Amino acid sequence: MKQSDRVLLGHGSGGRLTQQLVREIFLRFLGNPALERLEDAALIPLNDFCSGGASRLSGLGPEDAATCENCSRLSSPPSASRLARSQGPAGASQLAMSRLAMTTDSFVVDPVIFAGGDIGKLAVCGTVNDLLVMGARPVALSAGYILEEGFPLATLEQIVQSMGVTARSAGVDIVTGDTKVVPRGKADGCFINTAGIGMVLPEVEVGGDKVEPGDWVVISGPIGEHGAAIMAGRAGIELRSPIVSDCAPLTPLILPLLEAPQGLHAMRDPTRGGLGTTICEIADASRVHIQIEEAKLPVSNSVRAACELLGIDPLFLACEGRVLLLATPEAAQRALKIFQEHPIGKGAAIIGEVQAGGGGSRVTCKTIIGSHRMITMPAADPLPRIC
Amino acid sequence: MKWLDEFRDPQWVGPLRERINRAAQQLDSAVLMEVCGTHTMAIARYGIRELLPKSVRLVSGPGCPVCVTPVDYVDHAIALARQPQTVLATFGDMVRVPGSTSSLTLEMARGAQVRVVLSSLDALKLAQRCPEQQIVFLAVGFETTAPTIAATLKAAAAARVNNFSVLCAHKTVPEALEGLISSGRATVQALLCPPHVSAIIGTRPYERLTARGVPCVIGGFEPLDILLAVGMLLEQLAAKQARVENEYSRVVRPNGNERAKALLEDVFEPCDAIWRGLGMVPKSGLRLNARYSNFDAAQRFSVQVEPAQEPAGCRCGEVLLGNINPVECPLFGTVCTPEDPVGACMVSSEGTCAAHFRYGGHQ
Repeated sequence: MKQSDRVLLGHGSGGRLTQQLVREIFLRFLGNPALERLEDAALIPLNDFCSGGASRLSGLGPEDAATCENCSRLSSPPSASRLARSQGPAGASQLAMSRLAMTTDSFVVDPVIFAGGDIGKLAVCGTVNDLLVMGARPVALSAGYILEEGFPLATLEQIVQSMGVTARSAGVDIVTGDTKVVPRGKADGCFINTAGIGMVLPEVEVGGDKVEPGDWVVISGPIGEHGAAIMAGRAGIELRSPIVSDCAPLTPLILPLLEAPQGLHAMRDPTRGGLGTTICEIADASRVHIQIEEAKLPVSNSVRAACELLGIDPLFLACEGRVLLLATPEAAQRALKIFQEHPIGKGAAIIGEVQAGGGGSRVTCKTIIGSHRMITMPAADPLPRIC
Repeated sequence: MKWLDEFRDPQWVGPLRERINRAAQQLDSAVLMEVCGTHTMAIARYGIRELLPKSVRLVSGPGCPVCVTPVDYVDHAIALARQPQTVLATFGDMVRVPGSTSSLTLEMARGAQVRVVLSSLDALKLAQRCPEQQIVFLAVGFETTAPTIAATLKAAAAARVNNFSVLCAHKTVPEALEGLISSGRATVQALLCPPHVSAIIGTRPYERLTARGVPCVIGGFEPLDILLAVGMLLEQLAAKQARVENEYSRVVRPNGNERAKALLEDVFEPCDAIWRGLGMVPKSGLRLNARYSNFDAAQRFSVQVEPAQEPAGCRCGEVLLGNINPVECPLFGTVCTPEDPVGACMVSSEGTCAAHFRYGGHQ
């Protein structure tokens, strides 16, 4: 068969061309034992990922903890010993209850290659980060590709290689996948859908509705960099310090945090809609008044300059390598220290506080000149196809 | 000097507020009006009203060109969009402004071709790329924007592009301000004049207002600019003066931008214009003069435009005169929201109601 340098309709047919594509690109860069079996679904032993500790789900106490059926079925005695046991009043052993986290996401970013990353890296980071901010250690990812006929294979290789590298650095495997090809004009280049599963670590209880008055608000680094990188690229703006996407897996920031999760109430990765939208969503979910201080918001000079030029507020530009955290002051300070010790968390800062006094959910901002304004969710994304 | 930082430096806020308070103490009360959409947004975004004494009211006037465009212009644009082989090119805000029974957004969903452009030159390039289509550009804006449309029309004439035209609704600010003051319908004592418009027209056009005893200060739109300009206006009121002062001297020259003014004279001529809220204001609009009238979409195409209907309950007119606050309109925030606007003041990115909805009043 004559070698093509572009995606052909036949690559999506399921026949020999598909097999060739899977071997030469997907297995080459993503290869791992589960994926290489090329079955309809990947089998993942979960006992390796169940962690010990009593669960505090919805008012259930340790005496209500049920046996994790998966663990008792799949584990052999040496693995079972890794599970924590707590002695109840009757002296009976109890196994910890484990929780599975699952997420899905689709990626349609335009352009597929941008300053600081590509759609593949973005897909892995976005999925892994969505699991991490729910307090879960990522276990495995799936990746489905929808390719337009004519898409350059060299670009596909670059994207998949990038996914392999990012997945390895995040400590996950892409264990199952799918490829479809549509005729020219029926999709734009390359779309990627992912799903991810993870195991929630013990004693972690985070959610948008768990925030309380007195909580501090922490951001792990300068905001708006991914959105600004895409925006500056599209507008053809060249700056002395070019803006580069902050796209990165948050594993090194969040996993250490989850080892001592007391006081952590909510975590989000502020992607589409940016920090501003995310804080509004949390204020709504927890029905609290959150106040941010503009002077404390970390924004790089380049992002500030690009935003001034294009009239866009960096508060609403996507971040793809930042975690927003709301926690008690002690937990917030612990988190700040963990973040600042890592290169991707160097610019971490405490940016606000959840106010006492009720009055319904809202977000306000103390401006740099000491006055106040509201922060409200914009009607639409300032930029389309950002992720 | 990095202007962005210097004119946002918090250490100057205290002294500027003291200056404002000293002047305000010599007055019972003061009503100041700003007439620039960018000022409306900046004042809301920086919470300026919170820093002023209670006796000083800062109201927003008819400073947003989209907001003051009457409903029948939108209806006319819609009628043009419905024509076959016609592409409407427009600045973003006009797309969502409600007409009598439809909007350009709705027409797009029904198959009309509407393209959002950042500049009128992009619309001209579109016309050159698509010779079989008629490209109609919606020419809305004050003296800041009109010169760019003038330049585009000159380029179109030079290149003999015959499938490009404009539906012209440009307006001029000083005439509108004079109409506002002389009508007596707005209780405003001093004017914070628009920085970008002034960069084009200079400072002299405001003398017709100071001649009527209204102090005028041209202010920039950083927070310190605004606070300084407010202080200067209050000091004039306290001293019973009425002069034109230029706080934004780093950008605005007394004679303005001569090249831009020459472009306006070359292509446009003054005409009477209807302003939402104000009604008809003599000689406050711009239309294409005889040399460029072949580019006038209103003359080139004859279309049926439906009779104009103002939306029921909408009080945009009174908001634009500064007579009511957005929250005093019964539709504000309930029926009329940025996602589902009833009137233009909520649609436009520089509209008074949109600013209030987004940033809050914080009086």
